[in-house]
Formats: sequence, structure tokens, C-alpha cells
Amino acid sequence: MTTNVPTVDRQQLEPAPRKTFWNCSTGFWSWAGTLDHKRIGIMYLVGVSVAFLCGGVFALLVRLHLWNPHGMLFSNESYNQIFTLHGAFMVFLFIIPAIPASLGNLVLPLQLGAKDVALPRLNLLSFYLWLGGAVLATLSIVLGGFDTGWTFYAPYSLYTDKAVVSIGLGIFLLGFSSIFTGLNFIVTTHKLRAPGLTWFRMPLFIWALYATAILQVLATPVLGITVLLVAFERLYHVGIFDPRLGGDPVLFEHFFWFYSHPAVYIMVLPAFGIISEMVTVHSRKPLFGYKLIAFSSLAIAIISFLVWGHHMFTSGQSTYALFAFSFLTFFVAIPTAIKEFSWVATVWKGSIALNSPMLYTLAFLIIFAIGGLTGVILGALNVDIHLHDTYFVVAHFHYVMMGSIALAFFAGLHHWWPKVFGVMYNETLAKIAAVTIFVGFNATFIPQFIMGSRGMPRRYATYVPDYINYHRASTIGAMIIGLGMALMVYYLVASLLQGKKAMQNQWGGVTLEWHTPTPPPLENFDKPPVMVGEVYDYSKLDLESTRTPAS
Amino acid sequence: MSEGHHAVVIPAPGPEFVPHTVAHHFDTPVQEFQSAKLGFWLFLATEILLFGGLFAAYFFYHEAYPETFRLGGQQLDWKLGAVNTTVLLVSSWTMAMGVRSAQTSQKKKTLFYCGLTVLGAVMFLVIKFFEYKAKNDHGLFVFTNMFGGYDQATGQLSWFKDYGGVMAGVPHGHLFFAIYVTMTGIHGIHVLVGAGLIIWIMKGCAKGRFHAGYFLPVDLVGLYWHLVDLIWIFLFPLLYLVP
Repeated sequence: MTTNVPTVDRQQLEPAPRKTFWNCSTGFWSWAGTLDHKRIGIMYLVGVSVAFLCGGVFALLVRLHLWNPHGMLFSNESYNQIFTLHGAFMVFLFIIPAIPASLGNLVLPLQLGAKDVALPRLNLLSFYLWLGGAVLATLSIVLGGFDTGWTFYAPYSLYTDKAVVSIGLGIFLLGFSSIFTGLNFIVTTHKLRAPGLTWFRMPLFIWALYATAILQVLATPVLGITVLLVAFERLYHVGIFDPRLGGDPVLFEHFFWFYSHPAVYIMVLPAFGIISEMVTVHSRKPLFGYKLIAFSSLAIAIISFLVWGHHMFTSGQSTYALFAFSFLTFFVAIPTAIKEFSWVATVWKGSIALNSPMLYTLAFLIIFAIGGLTGVILGALNVDIHLHDTYFVVAHFHYVMMGSIALAFFAGLHHWWPKVFGVMYNETLAKIAAVTIFVGFNATFIPQFIMGSRGMPRRYATYVPDYINYHRASTIGAMIIGLGMALMVYYLVASLLQGKKAMQNQWGGVTLEWHTPTPPPLENFDKPPVMVGEVYDYSKLDLESTRTPAS
Repeated sequence: MSEGHHAVVIPAPGPEFVPHTVAHHFDTPVQEFQSAKLGFWLFLATEILLFGGLFAAYFFYHEAYPETFRLGGQQLDWKLGAVNTTVLLVSSWTMAMGVRSAQTSQKKKTLFYCGLTVLGAVMFLVIKFFEYKAKNDHGLFVFTNMFGGYDQATGQLSWFKDYGGVMAGVPHGHLFFAIYVTMTGIHGIHVLVGAGLIIWIMKGCAKGRFHAGYFLPVDLVGLYWHLVDLIWIFLFPLLYLVP
């Protein structure tokens, strides 16, 4: 251009960008050495997402292999490694840390009106322990892989020539990462609540994280010592789990499930918390049964310590122990059903906004009802003898792990995405992805329920041809999930590059995280918040905050 | 940390001390103190649960092989165990005095008592070393060939030779010593970590960081040391005396 247009000093016209936790400092160490819960949460989010995508690729490989009755891709030995990697990555690197460490870290201090978690250095240490565990897990693949299943049952885990020691130590580190996150959340919830934020004014996501944290602190150390003992068995043959040396492999199962059954609730309770938030915000209606949902989280946490034996109905326990464990297992269904009914009652006659977090939530409500009820079926002693170690069990826990927990994680991710990143993703694509994943998920696992009930055992690399149609349907379903996931990755990444600016209060929520600018400043609130009135009181919703775009 | 933040500072009680700045996300010193304390008690609970797994294994095999545990326990030197118990109990007292001295801003006394506690830790570990060496020499736990493996054909463990044949008449004689070494070994690592933490406290103390206004780290390390002591209080009778 050659015209004499006067140059404009843009900096004089536009005010300096508002300071947020994203731009308050820059450079590698401002992230690697950060004590800010939001940045640690972001690092966790990146980490668990990578782990989830790896675990997802392993799952697709497993399903592809099972396209043919004699297996399509690998040797039987490699198949054992691939399904073990799928389980171990998904359980230890994704599901356990996913919601508390990423979304919990991002949201919990905001919802409490705090500047940070109570112990920020411990929070960073927890992240690096997770990273160390992830590195060891990956290293184990290089060192020869591991083929024990994610459960590491003795005596096979003691005898196999694979890299069990390194993955065991990795899980030890991951365990302490989880413990420190839980410990931090308990202390933060007790000591850093904003003025006026009494226990029964806390959002239910906090209640769920608190119940989870109790489990993380009280159950995980037992897993820690168990994997250490497995490592010791392999290093110097302690003999505690090794029947050749007078040990008892069933003792390993007791130790393992003493942690790993509560761990199921470490995974699912935070998901319950997210769903509680979703149903109220996206129906714009106070939660039905707030206190019951809060207490049912604690009830689940307590009961979960008393039911580990239901994983071992066929392992050789006394008959009376079997009765007790089966009976106690049914009790878990009571607080869980209280939650499910309360959520449905919350949505009932609410002003439902069918945006993407809500679609995932509705999918959760349907899938979790099936996942939970099949759990009761498996808890029944005589039925379980038939269904034990079949695809029915696989389908049941995927209805809970993948269909409920991962979908709740997606709901929370989509819900808090605009708050954390300050941008909105493409809602249309998000809804398409949600429906795709829901359809793909059921297509994958309904056939597994059927073939499981007809006797197809889990973890086998090959199968008799009678099951071929179920397996192929399941594989096609898995591919559909893969498509949905690929779409999600696309529009989420695209939103970071060119997304619209998000509102301060994108969905019209009333909890404290929506009372601060989007994205939040380093210390979360421009002035310390005070909690006035009840939680989920939508008559107090500041509609202006749902209209004004963020600066 | 951030602009416009007014740091809460606890003044130093004298020129030989330095003031303490409360972490930016706490409003009051009391909030900081209580948060750290609650967190540390929870951490101690996880330590107890970690050892809980080992204690469960101990009881399980004590029930399964009572003769093995009776004979195995007799091979331990209860006198050395008793001396070590006394050493740790006294060191718990010196640690408590160290915490007390820090709370009353007595810098030299804090250093003195913490130094005594480290001495106790070293004494404990030296005595433990000689106990381990005796087990090594009798072939009950051959540390020098600890990772030599297990021979499937002969049923021989690299580290269990039992030169004196003292465990010959009981089933799985190695099991007692495996549990003994694993439990006391993990406990020994805790003693080592505790000693390191106390030395770190002494360095901070020498710089004047701890005084009546701020003694939180001394308090927490003291709690840790008492836990290490407490676990030994259970290990000693179960391993040395019960049999």
C-alpha cells in the first residue's frame, strides 16, 4: 500500500491483555517448576490424555486381532502383552489419575474459592511421580514388555520372564502420586474453603473428590507394598506369594484386591461428582437429594473396603467368606442407586440444555445403569461361578470404566474446557462425537455381554468360531469409538488454535469457579470470594456473566 | 509471588533467627501450620498401612508355620534387639526435646538434641549391621548372594544356606528370615531417611530458620521419627520375643 494512512499504535488502542495463569509467566521452567494447581492440572491433562490414547490404540489392536478366531495380528505371546498394556495403561496411567489429578486439580481450588491447593509442592511432586511411573511403564515395554494382565496375579507374575520388576516399581510410584493427590485434596477441603463455604454448601464434585481422597490415602499404600513384594519376589525370592517356597498366591489376591476394589471407587467416585455437577448446571435446577448424594459417596467409600473378596469367588476362600462378601457386595448398590435416582430426579422437569457435556451425561446415566446392575448380577455368588473370567465380566467393567468413567471425564472436560482454556470448541462436532462414542460403545460391549454369558473366556488370544459374529460386531463397535475419539481430538485441538472466546460463565453455573474471569488469574480470584447462600441456587445466577465474552 | 500480594511474615524473635514468610496461598500462619500438620498425619497413616501389609504377611505365615517362626525367632539375638529398642526409645526422647527446644527458640539446644537423635539413628544402624552380618555368616540370609536366584531343580535359594542346620526340622525355614529381613530392611531405610531429615533440620536450624514463631518442619520431622520408633516397637517383640 502506498497511501498515506497514518500508522496506528495498536498498543495504545487495545488495553494490555488481562493477566491469566496462562500468560503470567513464560518459559519451560515456569511450567516444569510451577506450583500453580491449574498448570499442574494442565500437565496432568496432557499426560493422562496421551496415556489414554496409547491405551486406546492397544484396545483397537486387541479388537482387530480378535477379528479372526485364530487371531489376525500377533502371536499369542504378543497378544498377552498387548492386552496387558491396554489394561495397565488405562487403569494406572489414565482412569485412576484422570479425573482427580487433571480436572480435580484444575477445578477443586476454584470451587473452594482457594488460591491453590494446600500443599502445592507436594502437588508438583505428585505429578513427577506420575511421570516417573509413566516412564517406567514405557521402559518396561522396551525391556521386554509384561504379559501378566493388569492384575499381576501370582504365581505367574513371579515366573514370567518379562519385565515385571520395572512395571511394578512404576506402579509403586504411580500409587504414591495418587496418595499425594488425595492427601492434598483432603487438607485443601478442610483448611482452604472460602468464608461462608460450609461443608453442606460445597459442590458435590468436591464431596466426591473428598470421598475418593480417603480411599486414595487408605487403600493405595497396600497396593504399594504388594507390588514391592512382587518385585522382591522376583529379585530375591521372598517366598510370601510363591507356592514353591511355602508362600500363598491367594494372599497376593487378597492384598491386591484390598486395594484394587476400593480403587474401582477411586476411579468412579470422581465421575459421580462430575455427573452431579452436570445434571444440575445443564438442567438449571438444584440437585435433588444433595445431602444423600454427598453421604452416599462416603458410604460407598466405606463399604468398598469390605467387598474385595467378590473378585475371588473361584480362588479358594472359605464358603462363609464367600457368603459374606457376596452379601456385602449388594450393599454397594444402595448408595449407588440413591445417586442414580437423584440424578434422574434432578433432570426431571429441569430446563435441559442438550449441549455436549449434557449429552455425555445422559449417555452416562444410561450406561451406568447397565454397568451397575450387571455388577449386582456378578456379585451374586452362584451366578458369578458361571460368569467368572468371561467376557460378561469384561463388558460389565467396561460399562463402568469406559462407558461411565471415561464418558464422565469427557463430560467434565467439555464442561470446564471453556473455563480453563478460555475458548469454545465446535459444539456441533462435539455433539456428533458424543453420539458416535455412545453408539460405538454399546456396539462394542453388548455383544461381549452375550458371548460372555455363553461362555467366551476373557484374555484368550483365539476362540472357537461359534463366537465370530459377536467378536466382529465388537470390533466394528471399537472402530466407531475410535472414529468418535479422533473427531474429539480434532475439534479440541482446533479450538485451541482458532476457537471462539468463551464466556465467563459458559453454561450458567453458580458454583464459585464461574465467579472468576475466564481463564482465571494466577491466584484464581481477583478478590477473595465469599460464599453467600446455598449451593446450586439458580435464582442467584448472574445472567450478565453468561453473556459477556471474556476479555 | 504475584503483584499486589501482601505477604504474611512471622518476625524473628532475635538477631540469630530469620523471619518466616507464610506461603502465598495461606491467609494466616495458623492455616499454614494446621494444613501441613493434617497432611503429615495423613502421610503417617499411609506409612502404617504400608507396613500393615507386611504385618499381615507376618501374622499369616506365623499361623501357617508356627514352628518355623518359633525356631527362626530363636536365631535372632534378643539382647541386641533390646539394646536397639532402648536406643530408639531414647532417640525419640531426644527428638521430642529437640522439638521443644525449637518451640522455645533455643537454637543451640535444638542442634544438640537433634545431633543426639542422629547419633541414635547411627547406633541403631550399626547394631543392625552386625545383626545382619551374623545372619549372613550363619547362612540364614546371605546378603552377599541375595540376588542369586532360586534353583528349581534342587529347591535351593541362593541366600538361604543354613550352615548350622538350625532350621532343618521345620518347613520353609527361609520364610521367617525373608520376612525378618524385608520388614527390618524397609524399617532400616526409614531410619536412614529419618536421619537425613534430621540433618536437614539441623542445617535449617543453624541458619536460624526455626524459632517460637515457626517450627513446623521440626515438628513434622519429629512426628516422622516417632513413627519410625513406633514401628520398631512392634517389630521387636513380634520378631525377637514372640517365638
